[in-house]
Amino acid sequence: MREALRSFRVATWLGWQIESNWTDPFLFFVYSIVKPVASVMILVIMYWVITRTDTTSPYFAYMYLGNAAYIYVGSILVGVSWAVIDDREHYQTLKYIYVSPIKFYFYLLGRGMARFLTGSLSVAITMGFGLLVLGLPIGLGAIHWPYLGASMVLGLASLAVLGLLLGAATLQMARHYWSVGESVAGALYLMCGAIFPLDVLPAWLRPLGFALPLTYWLESLRRAVLGAEASRAISPSLAGLSDGQLLLILLVATLISSVMSIYFFRWSEHRAREKGLIDMTTHY
Amino acid sequence: MLGRERAEVNRGVELFLRTIVARAYPRVIGANREKSWIFFETLLPLLSVAAYVFFYRAIQAPEEYIGLVVVGGAMTAYWLNVLWSMSAQLYWDKDAGNLTLYIAAPSSLMAILLGMAVGGLFMTTTRAVAIIAAGWLLFGVQFSLQYWALLLLTFIITMAALYGLGMVFASVFLLWGREAWHISNLLQEPIYLASGFYFPVKALGFWVASAASLIPLTLGLDAMRQLLFPTGPTLGFLDVQLEIGILVGLALIFVTASKFALDYMEGRAKQEGRLTERRR
Repeated sequence: MREALRSFRVATWLGWQIESNWTDPFLFFVYSIVKPVASVMILVIMYWVITRTDTTSPYFAYMYLGNAAYIYVGSILVGVSWAVIDDREHYQTLKYIYVSPIKFYFYLLGRGMARFLTGSLSVAITMGFGLLVLGLPIGLGAIHWPYLGASMVLGLASLAVLGLLLGAATLQMARHYWSVGESVAGALYLMCGAIFPLDVLPAWLRPLGFALPLTYWLESLRRAVLGAEASRAISPSLAGLSDGQLLLILLVATLISSVMSIYFFRWSEHRAREKGLIDMTTHY
Repeated sequence: MLGRERAEVNRGVELFLRTIVARAYPRVIGANREKSWIFFETLLPLLSVAAYVFFYRAIQAPEEYIGLVVVGGAMTAYWLNVLWSMSAQLYWDKDAGNLTLYIAAPSSLMAILLGMAVGGLFMTTTRAVAIIAAGWLLFGVQFSLQYWALLLLTFIITMAALYGLGMVFASVFLLWGREAWHISNLLQEPIYLASGFYFPVKALGFWVASAASLIPLTLGLDAMRQLLFPTGPTLGFLDVQLEIGILVGLALIFVTASKFALDYMEGRAKQEGRLTERRR
């Protein structure tokens, strides 16, 4: 366990260095602001162009919150799979890391943690922009903080294990590995109702959305921040679930994903050693 | 012109054209040899476009907005191609050790970049067509081809200006190391926003839209939307003919600027020893 914690801590530090030391702190700060704000402003303008209403409507807050929280999906999910690509193909250090006395599973978790930290900066900036500039109808006093905390812990845990699943899959790939994380994040953006309720999806696509832990994470997050009634009114297909049931589903889904990720990771690691994929460089 | 001089010019032109073909070759042939890119480069990006379509549906937008998103989504492929497969390409080539070979070869860096553009256009157009086709089949978007000749002309001029800009970027990327990756990453969403990839650019107001028009895709996209949809002109920023005129000007400026920028940056990179540097 000590070795696992050490691997996690060192990988987090390494990941943070890779993410932030490519430039001076000022440019890094600008980079951290511009990208998430531009992302969210695309949706804000799409919303304004059509509705011509102010930003105090509950639907606007529903969309905005989902999009802000989704930054974590992009960061963590893509971050873990990129760690494999970066270390193996770009820096060509994966083989050295692998033979060092670390727990590889926790090493990749640590790299995901670094992306969580940079993602948190983006989420904070996006939410701050929403509250201060766009006047989001969110009262800090009205937020159900314990429920929000539980939702965040479970949601981020599910993201971490999904990231490890993706990282393990990336380890097996020789082609298109660089687009896998972004593509999966793009698919989940559609399926889990990040910016619209699942009811808008065609009936044949909805079951996929209901099978994803992220759907329940985003819904519980919205209930904690916007209030259960407002969220239920916008998303009727999840309205039948109580707040407790949402968290329970999220917990079970996270546990199932964790078990799957551990077994899949072990299989992938074993196969990578057999096939010589740990030190593979494809220049693809 | 003396016969010998003419022969030298002809040889130079031939070498320039052969370099374009040689650099385009691996991209086109590679795409044909390994078909898995069709899934990764067409189906998966479509899902992101679909998310914006459903967002518009959720807020009960008129159907022409779905068409705007589909065309915008298709054109993102070209912007990404310029950023990652052209501008940042010299950084990857430096990393892989190819850049020094390009410089040492008796050919022009501009021809190599043009080859990248030609090769990249093949794959990128496939992706764009797939998104357009999916928009038509899955979301029932109706395109009007009444002005197809003007549409084609607009597309070609937009691409000339866009890839000219890509060559200017490439010259700057020649000097960069690890930051090249981050700068390319940074130039995605802000450009999607400023150029109105998912909404009519005139929604940004005259001055912001005018400033954004320095990016060729802003006016190219706006003109193509006006030509593709019957209600397009009501959502357009400027008159189509004026937009085409500005795009011609941008194409000339960027292609000319890229020649000077590449020569200058190549010289500077040689002086500063950046061509062989592999700062990771």
